[in-house]
Amino acid sequence: MADMNGDAMLSRVANAIYWMSRYVERAENTARFIDAVRHLVLDLPGESRNEWESLLYASGDEKSFIERYGEEYTRQNVVQFMTFDRDNPNSIASCMRNARENARSIREIISSEMWEQLNRSYLMMNDRLAPQHVADDPAGFFSHFKKACLLFSGATYSTMTHNEAWQFCKLGWTIERADKTSRVLDVKYFMLLPRIDYVNSPYDSLQWAGLLRCISAFEMFRKHYRQIVPRNVAEFLLLSDDFPRSVRFCLMQAELSMNEITGSRFGSFVNGAEQRLGRLRSELDYAEIQEILNYGLHEYLDAFQSKLNAVGKAIHEAFFDTRRQPETTAVE
Amino acid sequence: MQFDGYQTDGFYDELFDDSGKPRGGADLLISRISDLPDGDLRRRQQAAEAAFMNLGITFAVYGAEEGTEKIFPFDIIPRIVQAKDWEMIERGLRQRITALNLFIDDIYHDQKILNDGVIPRDLIESATSFRKQCIGLDPPQGIWCHITGTDLVRGGDGTVYVLEDNLRCPSGVSYVLENRQVLKRTFPNVFEALNVRPVDDYPGRLVETLTHVAPIGMDRPRIVVWTPGIYNSAYFEHSYLARQMGVDLVEASDLVVEDGRVMMLTTRGPTPVDVIYRRVDDDFMDPQAFREDSMLGVPGLMEVYRNGRVALANAPGTGVADDKVIYAFVPQMIKYYLGEDSILYNVPTYLCWIEKDRKHVLANLKDLVVKAANESGGYGMLVGPASTKAEQDAFAEKIKASPRNYIAQPVVSLSRVPVLVDDHFEGRHVDLRPYILYGENIHVLPGGLTRVALKKGSLVVNSSQGGGSKDTWVLADGNSPQRQTQAL
Repeated sequence: MADMNGDAMLSRVANAIYWMSRYVERAENTARFIDAVRHLVLDLPGESRNEWESLLYASGDEKSFIERYGEEYTRQNVVQFMTFDRDNPNSIASCMRNARENARSIREIISSEMWEQLNRSYLMMNDRLAPQHVADDPAGFFSHFKKACLLFSGATYSTMTHNEAWQFCKLGWTIERADKTSRVLDVKYFMLLPRIDYVNSPYDSLQWAGLLRCISAFEMFRKHYRQIVPRNVAEFLLLSDDFPRSVRFCLMQAELSMNEITGSRFGSFVNGAEQRLGRLRSELDYAEIQEILNYGLHEYLDAFQSKLNAVGKAIHEAFFDTRRQPETTAVE
Repeated sequence: MQFDGYQTDGFYDELFDDSGKPRGGADLLISRISDLPDGDLRRRQQAAEAAFMNLGITFAVYGAEEGTEKIFPFDIIPRIVQAKDWEMIERGLRQRITALNLFIDDIYHDQKILNDGVIPRDLIESATSFRKQCIGLDPPQGIWCHITGTDLVRGGDGTVYVLEDNLRCPSGVSYVLENRQVLKRTFPNVFEALNVRPVDDYPGRLVETLTHVAPIGMDRPRIVVWTPGIYNSAYFEHSYLARQMGVDLVEASDLVVEDGRVMMLTTRGPTPVDVIYRRVDDDFMDPQAFREDSMLGVPGLMEVYRNGRVALANAPGTGVADDKVIYAFVPQMIKYYLGEDSILYNVPTYLCWIEKDRKHVLANLKDLVVKAANESGGYGMLVGPASTKAEQDAFAEKIKASPRNYIAQPVVSLSRVPVLVDDHFEGRHVDLRPYILYGENIHVLPGGLTRVALKKGSLVVNSSQGGGSKDTWVLADGNSPQRQTQAL
């Protein structure tokens, strides 16, 4: 049968699988952020609402938070907002709902194992008792959820044919992960800004270690570097070519997937998406961490995120909106 | 867990005879269940329900809060169909679908059956499901109804009747396949020993059927399943069948007509489609051909179909034979086209457009079931014995205002099967929907959807009205090759 249907896939389906994948990745990263800040706050002296505030900056949701909670950056408010709030489109519960809606519209494309795992994680987040579980045992809850997401990645990798649909799925999670890793670096910037006296103090290295743990990078980082200093962490998370959550690695993988979809050779392009992605990836290939720091890490990351957004838009134009009428069923 | 207190209450029970002894084949199941410790069956039922929820085997509840999905209620005790009963049902269904297909082809061509006065012409022309747009159509291989899900019921004396033919988009087959998976896990030993006929090859047969009707000259047709979308209550099934067949699931917005072909929009541009298994009503397929007021559908689709460049399953226009007034003439059709007596009976039907019948119906509303000729899903129906005087009066007015649109039937006291209620068993009424595929051959799926009215005493089995489902075990004949192999 494969030869009958292996030649091209529906744009709507490609769009839905791309977004399904992005939403699961987004939910997982949000859970990682929350858990990391929770750990960090435990190690810091005194009142540290600032860490919770920085989390909102990282996800870019501070405006919609203020609309709903004012400037009450308490743990309860921020965790509620980022985990369960249905009015926050980036809350974990919203992401899982959107991921599942997309998955439901492409049930015939993904494997039963993927669907069942996604459905379980969705049900877990939408359980009436979930907020109570977070209050009782936050560590247990978030670690359970992160594992559920890892199971989904595993099921995706090992049970779905690595065909065009899979490449769109991979494109989705790599782009989303590149964005989230760049944001987590940026959080650190926000955290340090008002407390410049922390720089190079024990708290500083605690914070950098916390940041590494949050994206499961701590142990891998240690294998490469002795010292947890900003330069090393930034280099590792931005420019490593073999750590699976580094920005450069994600973009390399995204480009490989796009090449599989279009049939281009690595380093060449046939449409705007491939061109923008390739350009951004090669910037990182030849980047030098000291130059980035001299330029200003925050400014660099800010520019990077705009370029990555442009890649996202170009992906839509090249693959999903080819001839589409206004209505589209993917949840974005 | 014991069947000690179980009563058949004078109804025909599918598992027990009148004296309360298990029927042939059911004895093994009953004794296995009786051996289970208390609470075990309940746990198995709950595990099955949890599995359905986790697998997302659910239907959307209309009008409820966003995201509300329910599992189709499911009862763990299977319904058993004896080999000799099934042999008769299968022959009867083949005969019936052959005649119905000839009838639909005749109606949209020469109309011989009308010219010969067997069926009054008025009835066809006044049927809301008769499609003028289909006159003169020649579907590939002359097949109109590729997929049928006939509703059967068994009356108090054990007679099997056809209740409805469902020649449009019958749903439910996915539950047949999923229920079977669950029951195989629940009763593996009984299952093996009983020699239950398999249903798992349905998706494969469906692909064969759809391939057979592809436009001439297509040796590798591209087949798609067309769904109205994720908010349709049967969406799970559409996606399930597409997945099981390994074909694309499309929505109207994925399809366009270009260069005289139906194309689907892909990441590499438009790609031709050859066969569409559509789960969309005639009215919403093509606004140019059917409803101009509709925004739904694929403009120009019917033109491509008419030119033989795409196949649709089922063909448009088959609904004419689903009209409940026309249903009453199926035995005459069988006689007319095949020269045979019908093997399966119709439920006796009063046609309100005939004055004599109408008078009888109006005088006996409290004892009859009245149905609108073109409704389904348990809507537009009056169950006389369960109705109030006011409801009967309202129906009497409707019948007088529009006699063509109503029929009435005596209440069939549907057969029953035990269901698990808390810690004991109670009888509940059931029907049976076998699925028939009409391709190169006619294939009747050995089994089907047993729908069960879970409300005590209720005769309405529709899922929209509190119905659930059961697995259906059709037993193979004692001398089947399968049994012999096991003996070796």
